[in-house]
Amino acid sequence: MKIVLNKDTMKIEKEQDVVPFRNRVKEYAVKINMGLVNQTKLITAASELVRNMLKYANGGIVLIEAISQGRDNGIRLTFQDKGPGISDISLAMKDGYSSGKSLGVGLPGSKRLVNEFDIKSTIGEGTTVSIIKWKNG
Amino acid sequence: MDRIPILRMGKFLLVTIQIDLYDRLATNLEADLIQMVNKTEAKGVLIDISALSIVDSFMGRILGNIGSMSKIMDAETVVVGMQPAVAITLIELGLELKGVHTALNVEKGMDLLKEKITMYDEEPEELEDEDSVE
Ligand SMILES: Nc1ncnc2c1ncn2[C@@H]1O[C@H](COP(=O)(O)OP(=O)(O)OP(=O)(O)O)[C@@H](O)[C@H]1O
Ligand SMILES: [Mg+2]
Repeated sequence: MKIVLNKDTMKIEKEQDVVPFRNRVKEYAVKINMGLVNQTKLITAASELVRNMLKYANGGIVLIEAISQGRDNGIRLTFQDKGPGISDISLAMKDGYSSGKSLGVGLPGSKRLVNEFDIKSTIGEGTTVSIIKWKNG
Repeated sequence: MDRIPILRMGKFLLVTIQIDLYDRLATNLEADLIQMVNKTEAKGVLIDISALSIVDSFMGRILGNIGSMSKIMDAETVVVGMQPAVAITLIELGLELKGVHTALNVEKGMDLLKEKITMYDEEPEELEDEDSVE
């Protein structure tokens, strides 16, 4: 069972929100004593997902949570937007796929950087991506 | 601050990134550097990223663009001082820094640049044989 220890929400509306958001995630990771490499992986994944939210959905809301499960603590981030949604999630998750002429590393790359990755999307309603990085994961 | 200073040292341009960059700063840096390479006919660009705690695909793309644009104008780009945690993360993310060389620190980066440049100046034909520096 996952227990929420502490939480916060942040609105992401513009590019200038990215750095403060990353700093907030870092504060959360430092508070549970997450090591530097795991912190860096988590924040990089978070940065990719928040950029997608800005680029494809004009922003959204992120829920930041410190959670615990058994003996391990971790950080869960939930990115929620009301954008156009993704029609083919398995295609979007492929390395190198991009509808925006970009590198297409954001989604598959952030999945590799975290321990749990969940994506749900409904066309016309929006997309929710949730990730967890365990302190010792 | 909305611009990162670019230092000129002989044939080289030096940039030290001291804070985690806002996107605007990063895109300005890309434009400024490319313009400077063009204007000064610099032969090398050295970018110190030791203060960067995060390099995501956006920043990676900026560094790659600087490298490939400089290359077109006949200048080599070296990125130095990448934190180990950043390097590990970049590999797992799946991002290659194409078009840029990397070195441990500023000193080694400068050596690498000098080496590359004399190589190209003196024996352009033998490039492939001597290109064993990594
Ligand atoms: N929040 C979102 N809303 C709608 N579509 C999205 C969202 N996030 C991702 N996508 C779609 O999934 C595709 C893949 O995303 P991914 O982040 O992997 O690559 P990218 O953003 O195109 O390129 P990169 O992240 O390398 O710059 C995007 O091109 C876009 O079509
Ligand atoms: Mg992306």
